[in-house]
Amino acid sequence: MSRKKDITGGFFIGVTAFSAFVIIAVIIILLVVIIKGGKDTFSWEFLTAFPEDGMMKGGIFPAIYGTALLVLIMSIAAVPFGTITAIYLTEYAHEKSVLAQTIRFAVRTLATVPSIIFGLFGLGFFIKFVGGGVDDFFLGGELKWGQPNILWASLTMALLTLPVVIVSVEEAIRTVPRELREASLALGATKWETIKRIVIPGSRSGIMTGTILAVSRGAGEVAPILFTGAAYYLATLPTSMSDQFMNLGYHIYILATQSANVDQTLPIQFATTMVLLLLTFTLNLAAVIIRSRLRRKAK
Amino acid sequence: MDKPVEKGKFVFTRESLKKKFRWSEFLSEKIITGVAFLSITIIVLIFVFVFKEALPIFNYKKKEAVKVEQVQKQEQYGGEADQGQTNSSGQEQYGVTTNDTMMIENQARAEDTIVHGSEQATFKSLAGKKWLPVSDNPRYGLVPLFVGTLKITLIAMLFAAPIAILAALFSASFAPYWMREIIKPAIELLAGFPSVVIGFFALMVMASFFQNIFGYDGRLNAFVGGVAMALAAIPIIFTITEDALTAVPRTYTEASLALGATRWQTALFVTLPAATPGIFAAILLGIGRVFGETMIALMATGNAALISVNPFESVRTLAATIGAEMAEVVFGDTHYNVLFLIGSLLFVFNFSLNALAEFYVKGKLVKRFQGKQS
Repeated sequence: MSRKKDITGGFFIGVTAFSAFVIIAVIIILLVVIIKGGKDTFSWEFLTAFPEDGMMKGGIFPAIYGTALLVLIMSIAAVPFGTITAIYLTEYAHEKSVLAQTIRFAVRTLATVPSIIFGLFGLGFFIKFVGGGVDDFFLGGELKWGQPNILWASLTMALLTLPVVIVSVEEAIRTVPRELREASLALGATKWETIKRIVIPGSRSGIMTGTILAVSRGAGEVAPILFTGAAYYLATLPTSMSDQFMNLGYHIYILATQSANVDQTLPIQFATTMVLLLLTFTLNLAAVIIRSRLRRKAK
Repeated sequence: MDKPVEKGKFVFTRESLKKKFRWSEFLSEKIITGVAFLSITIIVLIFVFVFKEALPIFNYKKKEAVKVEQVQKQEQYGGEADQGQTNSSGQEQYGVTTNDTMMIENQARAEDTIVHGSEQATFKSLAGKKWLPVSDNPRYGLVPLFVGTLKITLIAMLFAAPIAILAALFSASFAPYWMREIIKPAIELLAGFPSVVIGFFALMVMASFFQNIFGYDGRLNAFVGGVAMALAAIPIIFTITEDALTAVPRTYTEASLALGATRWQTALFVTLPAATPGIFAAILLGIGRVFGETMIALMATGNAALISVNPFESVRTLAATIGAEMAEVVFGDTHYNVLFLIGSLLFVFNFSLNALAEFYVKGKLVKRFQGKQS
């Protein structure tokens, strides 16, 4: 082997390694810069106080509360439906059947639809069609559900996170050994009993991973809630499903681009971004760890 | 749930071997199947409802035919076309206002009298070169938005595709096990970064950083936005490419190594070509991600609907236009319908990209590896 070849080879491997290094470096820089910019403002009070002086000072409690409420309602909607779809795909459908293939394609499509489209859909379907319909039909035209609120925002977000749940749960269900299912069936349990007693408990960690990933995604997305329920500023916390809400991501967006004095609120912006970033980062890290354990178990 | 079978009494008859009808089984199966349909239903509903709200534009065309004359007259003595050009960097009235464009925008706001619900938008103006939705004579030319979106997609992919593919090649072919165990989760974590955080980072940090290097005027421009979007696209491209590379059958690489090729030669001339359909799919999905990305575009691109090839000028993307203007429009207005039309276009485009990636590429891969991998 000639020396020249080794140099090109080394160079080539070096270039690929450098690319990987660049990505890791950018991740670290991003984390460091955001945390550095936000850590001075960050405090317990910042997390628990209301914004003051037209959001120039004070904390971000309503935004945290709104985000938590959003992901809670979203999970209640997305996790059961996602889990059931995953059960259908793994337990009931034949792998090669047209229906199963179509559902898989739909799930993958759903995962790649731009988030802003979900926002449009939430506006056109939930707010105008469902909400407007309810108002016309039950409230005699009084405007209550036909406007942006936390319920519609959460349901919109649930559609966005549905594929996340489906994919994670499906992966987990596949790790439940076939022998367990066969043993259960051989003992006389029916299919549904087997699913209820064997498959679902066996894939609990997958359902958890799916939920965590969905929550992290739902907490971070802003585009779908831009016009389905997020509010600029609210003096009170949302108390009913038909209330609007504040949201961490939306709060960052508003402060960074729409507020009158961007420079003055810069520390608050960094601190809010830090809260959101650390929140999603921790959730994702937890999901990565649980999943890598699951994968090791599957081997 | 049946009681356990009594011992000794079990006699197999034709009747006893028949599958018993159980309500719980029947119901659970039907419910589960029904729920599974939900994903398909949602896709159909998205298509129907987003398109439905855009539809009035097409109907309007007929009504408008009568009015065309009137509109033309207005255009002649209005002279708004020139006005539009001078304001082009600050067209959006109610949209995002960044530090840098705020002043120009205020000016523009004063000059333009805003008429909501103006009925003068013609179907023809969609192909126009001006995006002036909120003015006396609103025009909804989608060309600058398309140009902006394509420009930013190109910039993002120029950065994201090489870096992500090379990194995936490193991870799949060269990296020792422990390094792979760091790179892959790290990139998964990057995929979990909310786009508003990346947008904020681009707006506050990257914009100033690049301005110091290149010394251009506008802090926010297509370049900053494109690089930020590359961060969003890298995890997608990396993950799918990595999957495609590791799916290449071992026999391929082993044969190559046995014939005397070195590791890098095998990676570059055997593994990489074998995985091209997968890499192609990765790039398609990366493009889809950038195309529909809203928050980064809203925060980091400056949002002026210009038509130019200069990467250091501000752009306005299709998705950002929806995000910035939808909250301000009047329901049922032409502007509202046009925004939904843009949404439909985005959706159809993304759907086609995904379908292409799915069917064409999968078919090729399966054929290539004789059904071993998909």
